[in-house]
This record gives sequence, structure tokens and C-alpha cells, in this order.
Amino acid sequence: MNAPTDAKLLERSAALQGLGDSRLRKEDARFIQGKGNYVDDIKLPGMLHMDIVRSPLAHAHIRKIDKSEALKVPGVIAVLTADDLKPLKLHWMPTLAGDVAAVLADEKVHFQMQEVAVVIAEDRYAAADGVEAVTVEYDELPVVIDPYAALAPDAPVLREDLAGKTEGAHGRREHHNHIFTWEAGDKAAADAAFASAPVTVKERIVYPRVHPCPLETCGCVASFDPVRGELTTYMTSQAPHVVRTVVSLLSGIPESKVRIVSPDIGGGFGNKVGVYPGYVCAIVASIVLGKPVKWIEDRIENISTTAFARDYHMDGELAATPDGKVLGLRVQVIADHGAFDACADPTKYPAGMFHICSGSYDIPAAWCEVKGVYTNKAPGGVAYRCSFRVTEAVYIIERMMDILAQHLGIDKAEIRAKNFIRKEQFPYHSPFGFEYDSGDYPTALRKVLDACDYKGLRAEQARRRADPDAKTLMGIGLVAFTEVVGAGPTKMCDILGVGMFDSCEIRIHPTGSAIARMGTITQGQGHQTTYAQIIATELGIPSEVIQVEEGDTSTAPYGLGTYGSRSTPVAGAAIALAARKIHAKARKIAAHLLEVGDDDLDWEIDRFKVKGDDARFKSMKDIAWAAYNQPPAGLEPGLEAVHYYDPPNFTYPFGIYLCVVDIDRGTGETRVRRFYALDDCGTRINPMIIEGQIHGGLTEGYAVAMGQQMPFDAQGNLLGNTLMDYFLPTAVETPKWETDHTVTPSPHHPIGAKGIGESATVGSPAAVVNAVVDALAPFGVRHADMPLTPSRVWDAMQGNPKAPI
Amino acid sequence: MSKAIVNVTINGRKVDKAVEPRTLLIHFLREDCQLTGPHIGCETSHCGACTVDLDGASVKSCTHLAVQCEGSTITTVEGLAQGGVLHAVQEGFYTQHGLQCGFCTPGMLVRAWRLLQENPNPTDDEVRRGMSGNLCRCTGYQNIVKAVLYAAAKLQQTAKVAA
Repeated sequence: MNAPTDAKLLERSAALQGLGDSRLRKEDARFIQGKGNYVDDIKLPGMLHMDIVRSPLAHAHIRKIDKSEALKVPGVIAVLTADDLKPLKLHWMPTLAGDVAAVLADEKVHFQMQEVAVVIAEDRYAAADGVEAVTVEYDELPVVIDPYAALAPDAPVLREDLAGKTEGAHGRREHHNHIFTWEAGDKAAADAAFASAPVTVKERIVYPRVHPCPLETCGCVASFDPVRGELTTYMTSQAPHVVRTVVSLLSGIPESKVRIVSPDIGGGFGNKVGVYPGYVCAIVASIVLGKPVKWIEDRIENISTTAFARDYHMDGELAATPDGKVLGLRVQVIADHGAFDACADPTKYPAGMFHICSGSYDIPAAWCEVKGVYTNKAPGGVAYRCSFRVTEAVYIIERMMDILAQHLGIDKAEIRAKNFIRKEQFPYHSPFGFEYDSGDYPTALRKVLDACDYKGLRAEQARRRADPDAKTLMGIGLVAFTEVVGAGPTKMCDILGVGMFDSCEIRIHPTGSAIARMGTITQGQGHQTTYAQIIATELGIPSEVIQVEEGDTSTAPYGLGTYGSRSTPVAGAAIALAARKIHAKARKIAAHLLEVGDDDLDWEIDRFKVKGDDARFKSMKDIAWAAYNQPPAGLEPGLEAVHYYDPPNFTYPFGIYLCVVDIDRGTGETRVRRFYALDDCGTRINPMIIEGQIHGGLTEGYAVAMGQQMPFDAQGNLLGNTLMDYFLPTAVETPKWETDHTVTPSPHHPIGAKGIGESATVGSPAAVVNAVVDALAPFGVRHADMPLTPSRVWDAMQGNPKAPI
Repeated sequence: MSKAIVNVTINGRKVDKAVEPRTLLIHFLREDCQLTGPHIGCETSHCGACTVDLDGASVKSCTHLAVQCEGSTITTVEGLAQGGVLHAVQEGFYTQHGLQCGFCTPGMLVRAWRLLQENPNPTDDEVRRGMSGNLCRCTGYQNIVKAVLYAAAKLQQTAKVAA
């Protein structure tokens, strides 16, 4: 028999649809036929519906709640207030950030739309009727919206429950509305750099409060079985296992009797990480009433109350030489956390990974400080499609680099190239203490500049600027971002004390198909497709026969969930290593079947073959059958493995984005003419899915740059909480995206993958803003805050870049 | 509350049910008719997740009352595949990676299905305009446009073969 030709090997490899294959998605069959199973699709016998009475005021004492009329409404079963939860000690709950948050307002409300009471009824219409019939009397209190004003000595006291508490979860509290002050880097070194630097620039840059706004809102169906004492809750959760732990701790029900199921999730983007009052109330109601209770928030509730993102008010400074070499970076931030500190960050990092703000640059001295403050706004502070505060960090450094370039009259590509961390500096130790795993920024930048004919674009811009009759302004925005994702090493990262590992359990069935169960949960990322591809390559089993299950805590191994681009860096590594355990056992079985020593075998795509004899081999299918039915003496039957992966480091995906805009001089309207996104996420598992993730992330970033914001008036009224006001771009506004890539594998990840789900949201807002400000530079503008609505751009042209919208 | 009888044809099947007059069409479809395709994303007719086809027009079922649909013919995503064979728009979304979380997808598909009857050979921009009542948070629309254009080409080819 002839030895297999390369073509035959390629064919066998292709048949697996493993790493690198743009395999179509396994998830799609159900979604394109209306057979998804989202939380609102779950209906249990006897299920009741819950709706929430919310505060119209942003700050007020509650004088009285009258539920008597609501209880008369046909179909209404019960009305619960904080007083009903007090005996259970569930009227307050711990947040992810070491604070407490009111489940139902306890004597006072702290933000508009805060949860005051819940109504449980036979159907959702009756529940809504009940909500209308509850009357609440309030005594209004002065409202604090501006986070700077919150720290004024005579500012109203927002959190009366914290009176006298001078120590918070993250150190000393300096003021009644102060939560924490956190710093990183070397202040003395940075100050010294600034003291002696020939050039310094400084700018106040606001990243406005925005909302992740997934198309599906949050919700749950809580079902307590009073006979068995078991609680099952279906929930739109990006972290079901942690929720199980929290629910068990709060309720006293043993964790073994709590089951959290994340069904299909209609987008998360960070909005579905936390535990919300609605979940707690539905669970309590189910326990009290002995029936399943469903709670699904509406869009106004979603935007108004469940986790917002950003709201970082940043003062950035760069020190540099006259030719643009950066010598120092300082950033001071006031972070508006709303009424309760419910940020979703690893415990030790109350400002998340904001200290990645030295970016892709080799900056010798750097320091940052973040102060968290309370205001009369909803709690949150989640990472809207990014790793903890990385988007804010990328935004400040990428804006500051442009401001410095503009100040010095240096080209914006050149200043980046001049300050890049060089390829040979990896692993690179940043001034903030990160160890960047790998990168090649100059190659990526060159590729983008060549692909877009950067010189040609600048020449066109010069011609446009010289033309007095030009009706449009042209701007070119560049961004060179580095993310820190894949939280994280458990010695650094935990949430509520639970280390941020992740997990995988793989079971190979006797006939050679397989199931993998994971501690993560997909919300559109396509885990059921891509995870299978990792196994296919590791074990030589076709992706098609590998099932991937996630989200049910009663079957999946414990994991920390999907956010912060951690699925591939952490759970993806767990898969590869679980597969390698199986691979090692499979080798022993193959050797036994082929009657040779373990070392006499070579692995080739989908089989172990005897060295030098292609005709003698065993496929994984043969081995699986033997593993159950004729294992070698001394080897236990079965073929499965579990791996809990604690990453040794974060991963550091990077990218170069170039955005070209044309702005109508008469209206201030901005059109993105071209957006070229080069991403490097290390090893690429499924290029089709990667491109899809980038398209989506770019669109979200574009939306933030151009229109998203949550404006409040002085009374604390949120002025835009429907999709009429809150900007989600349609297909018409959304630019056409061009994607490209380089591949710089992570040296510490088992398959070299770094994660891609969030890169584009992280990098794109700065690219768009840099382009718009570049266009406005001839007007003397060097910064304008997002969102860059036509009116704000027009104001900027009139020399007023920070005018109200 | 007194109830009204609603007679409609949904995906080719006649349905008559007694509902409260205030029942929204989306709740009628999801709660009374047990369909899971149309979704609720905003309840203010902006997002299009609840899009269904009502007597030959794409409508947002979150802002229609069920009683308004008396005698109507309704098509939801569940009615697109025929005889176990996916419709070209469904095939397009699958092969062109036109969906991620899948929540907007049923509304997108029903809208695309109608759009291609209104304009069998649309340009990229016409697809974008024609789909602009449906929001997607995951895909950035680029592959949705590709999916609709794929379906348009496939339907035209099928029509040619049939002719």
C-alpha cells in the first residue's frame, strides 16, 4: 500500500473541521427556525409573572407604600416590599464590588427607576395592572448627578446606610460619597518625568455613561420545589456558576440544591454578568409562593437600571521630547459608579484593568489613579463588550497620543511607530506591572498603512484642506490598541473570592462521538462551533460529532463564565488540556491494541500509527471503543477528562484600526468612508466567526462614538431610556467594515489563542473620534467628547467642542 | 376582563382563540399560540425582533393588538421553511454567518422574506434600507446584507430554472 500523499493528509485534516476552519455554526439551525430557547420562551406549569414598581424620583425618602389597591386587582397574588424581605435579610444584597445594593428600596430611593416593590400575578398583564395600583409616597431629597459635585464637602449624603463607615472594600473612604481611591504605577517616577520633560500635554476626556443594551433584556424564571427543597432558576446570566454560589450563600439553600440554567442568551455584552434585584425577588417570590415565577424586564427598565458601562471622567497627561518620544504618562479618573458600587471587576482591581492605559507604547514612567464616587444614578460599571475598563484605558492613551502628535505637529502614524514596544521587547513588562505576552505592532501598522495608502490619504486631506470651496472635511483616525483579557490568574483575579479559572469536561463515547461541558456560556460567540474545533484538532474527532454544552450548573463543571474575552483564553485552554489528558490515555490504548510500546507510535491528524508503518494504525474511534470494552490491564475503562485551567498570565490581543471620515461642513454630519480593522488574536480558530465578532464589535464601538449616551437632567431623570433615544445603529448608518489580521500566538496559551470577542469595541471608538478630531484640527480642535453627534461636531467647528448636546 | 374571539391564519393554520381585547399581537403569538420565533426586544416598535408578516406587510407585532388582526393571514419565522426545506433567506443567514446570538434573527428573516418579494433583486443599499426597521447588536449587519443578497440570487436562479 502506498504511503498517504499530502493531499490525503489534507483531506483527512479538512474532514475534522478543526482549528482554522471557517466551519458554519452549529447553533444556527435552531435560531433560523425560531426554535431558540431564550428565557422568555420558558414556560412552567402554574407559572406566575412578576413586575416591578419603580421610583419616579432619583433621591427621596419613602414615606409610605400602600399595596392594598394592588392586592384587589384581579389576578394579583402578592405584593412584596423591602419590609417583606427584611425577615429573610434579603432587602439588601452584596454586590460584586464589595458594597451592598438594595434589593427593594429600604426607606429611601437612590436613583430613578429603582426597585421599590414587586407585584406577582397570574399573567404579565395583571402584574402590570398591579404595579399601576401600588401607591408610594416620597419625600424628595436633593439630587447629585455630577460626580465631581458628589465630592464637594457639602454634597448631600447619598448612602445613609454607610454613615460612619470610613473603610470601604477597597480602603479608606475620604468623603461620604467617596467609594475608593485606587492607583497603579510609580507616581514619583511619573512626576519626575513630567518635571523635567520639555513637552507636556493635558486634556480632560470623558467617556460617557453608556449601556450595553443587548437585544434581549434581562430576566429569569425561578422555580422552587418545596417538596424537594430544590431551587431551579433559568436566567440570562453570563456567569451561572457564580450566581449559584451567590444564591446559595444568600438563601441558605445548599449549593447542591440550587441549579442555575443559562438558556440561549440574546446578547450580553456585560449587561448580564451581575445579579439584579429582579432575580432575587423572583426567587424569593417562588420560595414564598411555591410556584414558578417569571420576571422579564422591558427595554426601559433594561436601559434605566441594569448595569451601565463607562462613565469615566479622565484627566490625561503625556510628557515627551520635542520629537515625540513619550517620557511619562499620568491619568486621574473620577469614576461615576452610581448609587451602589456594583462594578463587575476582579476583587483586587476596583478599576479593573484600567492600568493597561500605557497601551502599545514603551513609556518609561507612568501612574494612574481612579476615584470611585456615588451619584444618584443606577449602579453598574460593567465592561460593555470589553475586559474590565480596558476600553476606557485604550481610549485615553489613543486620544492622548493624537493630542501630543497634534501639539508637536508630528504625523499620527509616526508618533505611534516611534513609541511602540518593539517586537524583541516581548515578554514586555509595562510600567504598571503587566507582562505583555507577545506582539508585533510595527508589522501590523505597516500592513494597515500600506493597505489603505496612508500617504495617499494624507495627500488627499492636504488638498481638501487647501480647497476653500470644499464642502466636506476629511479626517484620518489611527488606533494601535492592546487589550488585556482572559482573566485571569487566580492569584490576581477573583470575584467574591472565587478564583477566575475556567473548566472543561470532555467525554468520548464508545462509538467515537463526544460531548464537552464547559464553565462558560455563549451569548452569540458560537462556542458550540469553535470549542468543538479545538477538540477536533487535539483528538482527531470530527467537529460535527462533538456536542458542546454550557450553562446548566447541574451538569457543567464550575467556571466563571463568559465576559472579558475570557472564553477562549481560559476555557479554550481548559479544553485543549482536557483533550491532551484523553490523548495521553488514548496513546496507551492504541499501543496496547497495536501491541507496540507507547513510544513506538506517531500521532497523525486522527490516528496513532506505528512508526514507519502507515498501514498499522488505530483511529480515535477504534480507541474509544476499546477504552470502554477492552482497556489494557491496569487502565481504568472509559475515555474522559476534566481540566480546570488557571491561566499563568492574561493574554494581550492587539490591533491597528484606521478610520477615514468625511464631515459635512454645513451640518456637522459625519460619514465613515472607510474603516480598516487589523486584529491579531493569536491563533485563529474559526476565521468566519472572528470576522463576525469584529464586525459586531466595530458597530458597537461606532455607536458609542457617534451617538450612545445616557444623559441625565439635574433632577436625575434619565433623558433617553428607550430605543427611540438610545442610539442603536441600523444597517443604514452602519459603515462597511474591512478586516485584516496578523497572527502572533500567545506563548503561554496551549493553542496560542488570545481572544477576539471584544477587541473591536475596545479599539473602534478611539479610531472614530481620532478621525473626527483630525478633520477638525484646522479649527484648532484637539479633543471633542463622545458622542460625536452632528450638533457637537458643528459646535466644535465653531470653536466649542464641549458644548452640551 | 371580557374576552374577544380572534380568528386568524398563522403559518397556514387556522386559529381561533379568546383573548383580552388589550392583548398585543406579540403576546398572542407567544403566549396563546405557543410560538417562540417572534421575540420582544423593546415593546416600542424600534427593534424589529417581533416582526411578523401580516397580510403581505412586515409589521412589528409588539404594537399591534391581536383583535386588530381578525381575519388576517400571519406568517412568522416558523412558517418560512416548507416541507422541511429551509427557505433561501434562512439558508442565506446560515451560510453567510448572518446571525450570532440569534435573538433578532426571526424578525430579520421574516422581513427579508417580504423584502425579496417587494424587490427581488435589491442592491446592497436597498437591502440596508429595506432592513432598517430591524436592529441587530451582534453582526454589524454586513453579513446580514450578504445573506439577503445570497437569498435574492438563489431565488432568482430557482425562478429561472422553474421558468
